[in-house]
Amino acid sequence: MSSVAPRVLVALSGGVDSSVAAALLIEQGYRVEAATLKLWGGDGDSGCCSVADVDDARRVAQQLGIRHHVFNFGADFDTHVVDPYVAAHAEGITPNPCVECNRHVKFDRLLVRARQLGFDLIATGHHVRRVEVAPGKWSLSRAVDAAKDQSYVVHMLTADVVASCLFPVGEMEKSEVRARATALGMRTADKPDSQDVCFIAKSQGGRVTFLGSRIPLHKATAVDTDGRELGTVDAVELITLGQRKGLGVAVGERRYVVDVDVAGRRVVVGGPDDLLANDVSLGLMTWVHGAPVEGASVFAQCSAHGEPIPATAHQEGTLVRFVEPARRVAPGQSVVLFDGDLVLGGGIARRV
Amino acid sequence: MADECAHAMTPWIGARFGNPSGSHAIARAARAAIEDARDIVAECLGARPGEVVFTGGGTEALNLAIAGARHRKFALPDGEGAGSIGAGSLGAVIMTSAIEHDAVQNAAAAQTVFGETHTTIPVDANGVVDLGRLAELLQANRNIRSVAVMAVNNEIGTIQPIGPIADLIRNLAPYAVLVCDSVQGAVWLDVVEHCSGADLLAISAHKFGGPQGVGALIVRPNVALTAQQFGGGQEQERRSGTQNVAGIVGMAAALQATTHNRAATGLRVASLRDRLVDGLLGAIEGAIETSPRSVKVAANAHICVPGVESESLLVLLDDGGICASAGSACASGAIHTSPVLQAMGVPQNLAEGALRLSLGASTTEADIDLALKIVPEAVARLRN
Repeated sequence: MSSVAPRVLVALSGGVDSSVAAALLIEQGYRVEAATLKLWGGDGDSGCCSVADVDDARRVAQQLGIRHHVFNFGADFDTHVVDPYVAAHAEGITPNPCVECNRHVKFDRLLVRARQLGFDLIATGHHVRRVEVAPGKWSLSRAVDAAKDQSYVVHMLTADVVASCLFPVGEMEKSEVRARATALGMRTADKPDSQDVCFIAKSQGGRVTFLGSRIPLHKATAVDTDGRELGTVDAVELITLGQRKGLGVAVGERRYVVDVDVAGRRVVVGGPDDLLANDVSLGLMTWVHGAPVEGASVFAQCSAHGEPIPATAHQEGTLVRFVEPARRVAPGQSVVLFDGDLVLGGGIARRV
Repeated sequence: MADECAHAMTPWIGARFGNPSGSHAIARAARAAIEDARDIVAECLGARPGEVVFTGGGTEALNLAIAGARHRKFALPDGEGAGSIGAGSLGAVIMTSAIEHDAVQNAAAAQTVFGETHTTIPVDANGVVDLGRLAELLQANRNIRSVAVMAVNNEIGTIQPIGPIADLIRNLAPYAVLVCDSVQGAVWLDVVEHCSGADLLAISAHKFGGPQGVGALIVRPNVALTAQQFGGGQEQERRSGTQNVAGIVGMAAALQATTHNRAATGLRVASLRDRLVDGLLGAIEGAIETSPRSVKVAANAHICVPGVESESLLVLLDDGGICASAGSACASGAIHTSPVLQAMGVPQNLAEGALRLSLGASTTEADIDLALKIVPEAVARLRN
């Protein structure tokens, strides 16, 4: 590395991935400082933001001998993540809050703050890779550990942002990450992976309690595809397209939610075939380098842990046609398009 | 830590280390050291030695005061003996000013689980308790158990009118105790005079050059106090647990030195503070001084800088060798908009750019020169 190493601000959550990311960056010769983001002030089971997590992060920074900051982005998190999450549910839309947090907070607010404070780069513990596809031209690619790949939730990063980001653990298997943390004697080595929505406490009633205290929840009639009444669901706002469990409707065979009409208080239940679609329409597109050409062959990933589905991209990527009929995408979910392992970009599924 | 303090502590963590509750020679010496310290602390705070309860810091002292002071015994006006109108716990009211430290606010809030009510006393735009509103609250509420108002606010440095507040309470709620957090006050004010009306008075050693983790609560004889921790009955059964001998000795030494030098230090620090604040207000466009200096102690410089976020500013100041604060950090270390500034009605765009620079006895002209260079540079960089 050159005589004056770049300054990197690593987002240190208090979890094992970001802890190891910080350690790797130091080894690689960067001038590293760490920032823990305080995002959520309410209850939550884990994930981040508790005093204990900030303490873990601070301790990791102490052990690594790097400066540690705590940035309170709670207001931004409320405005860009929590409030829209609640408002979307009131309309029967199921957003992905992790995507919105990355879009607006981690890779926008934090990057702006980092630049303001004189940092050259930011880094996170996401399992995703940054690859130089041409000299000075950076793209995102799936992580080495396919099972932990998080390229879906950071797909909205544009090339100029990617050029300012480092993802050191994307190059490693998760087991390797834990081994490194253990070898470094980090408290966070055996912390469980964060999962679910970080601002919703499962132990306190989960989504029902969280949304129920913020928006009115309405009962709805469950009907089959011929319009015959099957029963009642408690909260239509909590029903997601494709949902199988928790409908309170016993009908013997495998049944899925195939349509949700919040305003009409109606949930349509059908068989697996009723859930299939030939395409999905997207809005709010973002591209790493620009939209794919008309008819380009792509892989579409329609949920955080979904399988990539062969498809073609049309109309600047706003229409994705599946090669074989595929499960319909719940409105509000992000659909991410890949060229092999490379992230092209994506958008948010519109309501049909 | 002040030199005289470290020096005073050394024997008690070395050759003379002993348990003050024992009966042998070393123990008796330790006990005597505590009692010498008690005499000194009492004198510095205008109390009798028996009124001094040593604690593990200011927060503990304030928790003991808020949770433990049940009521104030007072003489009935017609002289017919002593009244002891007990404010029972259930339904009792605890009033705290809107700008109290979390040690008071959270201790008071914690009493609500026992069926008590926590009421907030508003402050004016300068950050001083509104006496008119306090009088209304004292008249409107029955069964007031405690009123807590700090001597000096920790963020903005405003001095609270403890004497007039005590008078109002005596007239309108004579059985209520006045709890005074003088953690900041003991450093910069003559608390003997300023806080004489308080029934309970808390101090914390590290604020005046003593060790961390040591404090004291002054409990006037007319206060009915219930202990909050139980054990060997130390501190006249008001605070059980073996005393921190070295810490207590160190606190007394530091308090004595602080009290002795207070007037001279105050004058010197005030002139440094004035140069600092005037310089910053001149150099930073749009910056305002949060409270007028006429209601503040000498050591506090607090300004609000529009168009800048405190969090970023503090990082750049730290880079430049200036240790500052925004005034309010939660347990995680995250900075949030100060409840003190909110209570004063400071607009959000100003409150977001809050900057507190605290001066101390050791602050030099060179420190002020540095701050006058670094702070405007940092602001300019962030506004760019």
